[in-house]
Amino acid sequence: MSSQLQRHIHDTLADPRLQQAIYTATGRLKDARLAVIADNVLPDYQELRTQANLLKQHAIDHLDYYLEEFQRNVEAHGGTVTYCRDGPEVADFVLSLAKQRGAGLIVKSKSMTTEEIDLNERLGHHGLESVETDLGEYILQLAHERPYHIVAPALHKTRYDVAQILTEKLHAPHDIVIENQTALARSVLRQKFLAADIGISGANFLVADSGAIVLVENEGNARLTTSAPKIHIAVAGIEKVIPRAQDLAVFLKLLARSATGQLLSVYTSFLSGPRRADEIDGPDEFHVVLLDNGRTRLLPNPERRQSLYCIRCGACLNTCPVYRKIGGHSFPWVYSGPIGAIITPQFLGAGHEPGLPFASSLCGACAEVCPVKIDIPKVLLDLRSEVASVKTGRLEKLAFRVFAWLARHPRAYAIGGRLAASLARSGDGAWIRRVPALLNIGPIRAWLSQRDLPPPPPRSFRQLWRQR
Amino acid sequence: MVDQLFPQIGMAMAKVLEALDFEVDFPEAQTCCGQPAFNSGYRAEARAVALHFLDVFEASDAIVVPSGSCTAMITHHFAELFASDSAVGARAKSLASRVWEFSKFLTEVAGAEDVGAHLEAVATFHDGCHALRELGIHSAPRRLLARVRGLELRELEPAGECCGFGGTFSVKFGELSGAMARGKVDAIVRSGANTVVSLDPSCLMQIQGALSRAGLEIRTLHLAEVLASR
Repeated sequence: MSSQLQRHIHDTLADPRLQQAIYTATGRLKDARLAVIADNVLPDYQELRTQANLLKQHAIDHLDYYLEEFQRNVEAHGGTVTYCRDGPEVADFVLSLAKQRGAGLIVKSKSMTTEEIDLNERLGHHGLESVETDLGEYILQLAHERPYHIVAPALHKTRYDVAQILTEKLHAPHDIVIENQTALARSVLRQKFLAADIGISGANFLVADSGAIVLVENEGNARLTTSAPKIHIAVAGIEKVIPRAQDLAVFLKLLARSATGQLLSVYTSFLSGPRRADEIDGPDEFHVVLLDNGRTRLLPNPERRQSLYCIRCGACLNTCPVYRKIGGHSFPWVYSGPIGAIITPQFLGAGHEPGLPFASSLCGACAEVCPVKIDIPKVLLDLRSEVASVKTGRLEKLAFRVFAWLARHPRAYAIGGRLAASLARSGDGAWIRRVPALLNIGPIRAWLSQRDLPPPPPRSFRQLWRQR
Repeated sequence: MVDQLFPQIGMAMAKVLEALDFEVDFPEAQTCCGQPAFNSGYRAEARAVALHFLDVFEASDAIVVPSGSCTAMITHHFAELFASDSAVGARAKSLASRVWEFSKFLTEVAGAEDVGAHLEAVATFHDGCHALRELGIHSAPRRLLARVRGLELRELEPAGECCGFGGTFSVKFGELSGAMARGKVDAIVRSGANTVVSLDPSCLMQIQGALSRAGLEIRTLHLAEVLASR
């Protein structure tokens, strides 16, 4: 099962430099979060999580209602709302708008939703240049890589890696000083901002009662993206809608804290519609593209629907002992970590990478830190049951059937256990190597490749208990 | 797992409970709670095993379990397994209220913290993920360990991190599981402990396997074994 996933995991584990980079960066984010949710700093943290969960549940349960309200209010401010089923439809929308307006250059702020649909590549195929302006995303665009982390896309890149990328792609002198690297990117991107015809952003929240989108960022590039070019297009998943502006009092308290350990991000922008007559800046046109791309598939299932509550803070990645070992690129899609493991099979269909929901020890650390209380382990278990019923090998199915039969037949269970033990018993630690037949069993081989196995005791508990 | 691989844990648990004047019964028909099947996605198989568990233990006043993970399966997930069958669901719910993880039973039912144990050890305690996060067990085992004469308790840093066992995960993703176990071993070594204590035999098997592979002379003990030491 899942050989590609296994290969990626193997490669990442075998790279000590990468292991160090992931562990350090996620550790920093993890500790920063803990500091700002501490009891003495945010005493109502758990209540905020509960409220956020209830608000999201309400919004997703009434998605149709709030999306219609959002659309009405955006249109009342002079903006447009367009629904797109998938990536090609979004690209078509942007391409046809660009063609009508004679646009040739696009600047983009960071958006997982556009990463999800490979928007830059799709536009590039039609000769439309689209430049990422978030520093991390810009570096990755130059390196032709997808984000490594939902919040910190270039988390796996050291300053030495960045120096090499900038030298190779921009022919800049080799420079490992981060400030100089940033200044270089800034000078290139300033020109792009000034020349761009269209700015594309994502949206952290779509506020139904005010027809506004909310953008949360630290670099100020999203502000420039949405105000310098004449046209602003915001691409957002339909699940981003929240009922009221006042709900942001809950979400904004949780988002930056959970993501980066900030009390608030440096910039929080509320954008509603194009520039009014009495305003001095802002775009002439404001378009919101609402994307489905598999999201509506989750709606019929009340258990799995909670996967749509995610506000993309990345806290589950930073705390996940699996992500912290295997990193972001081991995951089959742009969404990595625990949240990626549950939304990837649901958005793309379970056939995509059947092993993914199994790549978890079910430790529950993700659910503990999730600001909107998504029960990720529960959804993983649900997805596993779907995979097990159709995708697993006949041998595994048989093994579990035998297990279930033995577990209901205590005498056979006890005899079977002792039989295996008597085959394998020996006095020293090397007992298992004396039983070549056992070594041919896949799971035993997998266990022993990493760890020792205790020798089976001479008597089972049952036997000892009877002899008392 | 205790029956076949770690019988001494079961014996130690019985010894501690009997010393506190509880009558200990071992229903011979018991096998497994069904978690391996449940966690691997085999709901029908898990249901069959869980049903057997219900039949076997229905007559017991209190069911004491030497594992946080098995306890969580019974108290948290049986209800889910029988969600569509209200009669069995009600049986599962009633049973769940009588199921106790060992350290919780001692501190909350027996009201015991000092059980008269003596063990010379520099120990560290590994929180099993399900005991910690599903059952919310944190202080009970530490309070019990604090009263063991001769034992010094040192916390792991980072605390509460998974050992990487995860049932079939340990073999489906063997390499990853092994890497997680080695991270745990590093934390244990940093603590300076010579003994690792846990509530879960499966975590102990994982940690012991990794310690042994690393050639380290650090022993692993279930809490019951520590508390049964004199």
